[in-house]
Amino acid sequence: MARYLFVRLLDSIPTIFLVLSLVFLAMRILPGDPAIAVLGENARPETIAIFREKFGLNESLWVQYITFLRDMITFDFGTSLMSNTPVTTLIAENIPYTIELTIAAMIIGISGGIPLGVWAAVNRNKAPDNGFRLFSLVGYAVPDFYLGAILLIVFALNLGWFPITGAGDGFLDRLHHIVLPALTLAMLKIAFLGRLSRTSLLEVMGRDYVRTARAKGAREPRVIYRHGLRNALLPLSTGLGLSVLTTLSGSVAVELVFNRPGVGRLLIDAITERDYPVIQGGVIVFASIVVLVNLMMEVVYVLVDPRIRVK
Amino acid sequence: MMSISEPANLPDAPGTTATVLRTILWQPAGLIAVSVVVLFVLIAILAPWLAPHDPLSQSFLSINAQPTADHLLGTDQFGRDVLSRLIYGSRNSLIIGFLSPTLAALIGGTLGVIAGYFGGITDRLVTRVIDMLMAFPELLLAILIAAALGGGFWNVVAVLTVAFTPGFARVARASTMSVKEEPYVEAAIAAGLRTPIIIVRHVVPNIAAPIVVLLTLWTASAIRLEATLSFLGIGTQPPAASWGNIIREGLSNIFATSWPILAAGLAITVVVMAISILGDIMRDILDPEIN
Repeated sequence: MARYLFVRLLDSIPTIFLVLSLVFLAMRILPGDPAIAVLGENARPETIAIFREKFGLNESLWVQYITFLRDMITFDFGTSLMSNTPVTTLIAENIPYTIELTIAAMIIGISGGIPLGVWAAVNRNKAPDNGFRLFSLVGYAVPDFYLGAILLIVFALNLGWFPITGAGDGFLDRLHHIVLPALTLAMLKIAFLGRLSRTSLLEVMGRDYVRTARAKGAREPRVIYRHGLRNALLPLSTGLGLSVLTTLSGSVAVELVFNRPGVGRLLIDAITERDYPVIQGGVIVFASIVVLVNLMMEVVYVLVDPRIRVK
Repeated sequence: MMSISEPANLPDAPGTTATVLRTILWQPAGLIAVSVVVLFVLIAILAPWLAPHDPLSQSFLSINAQPTADHLLGTDQFGRDVLSRLIYGSRNSLIIGFLSPTLAALIGGTLGVIAGYFGGITDRLVTRVIDMLMAFPELLLAILIAAALGGGFWNVVAVLTVAFTPGFARVARASTMSVKEEPYVEAAIAAGLRTPIIIVRHVVPNIAAPIVVLLTLWTASAIRLEATLSFLGIGTQPPAASWGNIIREGLSNIFATSWPILAAGLAITVVVMAISILGDIMRDILDPEIN
């Protein structure tokens, strides 16, 4: 197990490397001088010269690339051009909000999606199943920032049940603030996880051991949950990992809709302000989370299905 | 995903464009979906004739107007007609939505066919890069690249193309590997046909079905992604309208009017839904094994 994980960990190094190179390339590919992009067209030549010197823009592209890689690997993201705060501090301040939102959305998504999927599978081709199909069709088509905006307009603006912006202070206030954004993100999870559990359950319910369980006189709920759903867990565990990642990418837009702090928000604000060190830092954080979640998925996979370890 | 109803009377020889089209139009869901897509494409093409106002002309005399006979969806914070912006916005949303998956299918398809047909080190390299990029959800990959690259029409096309290429490459590679084992390819090799001709005449037509299905499904994703990027301010740049940035601007003006948000979001949802229904039906016809 430990050896398997170690190999997997080594495997993720090229991924990080590739993302870093893509980011570097994209930022240097930009037409025009980054110094002018940051300082503006009317910046004085002396200021530009100082800027270029400070950020090593006078070096050759290779030297810049090596320096960039070294800085990123040692988590030295520099300081924000706007607030002069170290980028690591900004990220540390914002990341709890994103994690909190992701967890809340996942809890709603799992506790809504899996029972719904089971319900649809058990009532295959009847009203609940058709209703769920329609729901998931709409759930996949509605962009989450649009759903968020509708919830914001209806429940915060018109009904005044929930706060319009921010993340709140103290447990209850934070809980109050997180309801709408978490629901927004959860909708797609419910559609996705529901459909996944529906198909994987249907696949399993036709197997011999399910028929045996029924023949032995096991009650239907026991057949469904003990013999059916447990064996449908493997595809579901992959779906969960995927779900965490889509929640994370969705959180960027949702944080903007609800004006919440978070890493996505930090990244988007930095893009608007052309705050390059913060952009780099934000991108690296997201890429690392993706690699980490994928690694965790592998662990869960091995735990759920020991056969994989042998391969 | 799901077919709304089972395809009635599947024609004898599935596979050709005409029969596929007939099967789609045969079922109500398919007919509605096709009509919606055609309608929106027509709106985009005919925008200059359909739009009641200039989408960019500002009027400070009628800011944040509620819907009236003159402005059917009201006006925004600059006094611009929302309906006209919506109509013009369909152009950016649809062009990018159709263009980037097509480019990605061409690039990814080529890479996948080469990797799958020749194998060896090319295959290992391509597979490796695909696996790495596939670790990222398309939206996140798009945001990360757009973050560094910035917005604008061609940048968005480039970003979405990069985001979709690995998926096409993976499918093309897998299909090519299975087609390569077929007797007709072996026969072509034995007959002494040159490799490029074998690939173009015997491999590509036989892996086209899954690629076309994917292309349809991802056109829906691309439209949603373009909207998301524009909403985040890293897609289509104002004052040019796109459905995503109409919602972005609407959100900063939400206390005055919510019509722009509601209308633009509905447009995205309807088009994305219609195209994904089409994709599902096509998958049921062309590629029953995936389901």
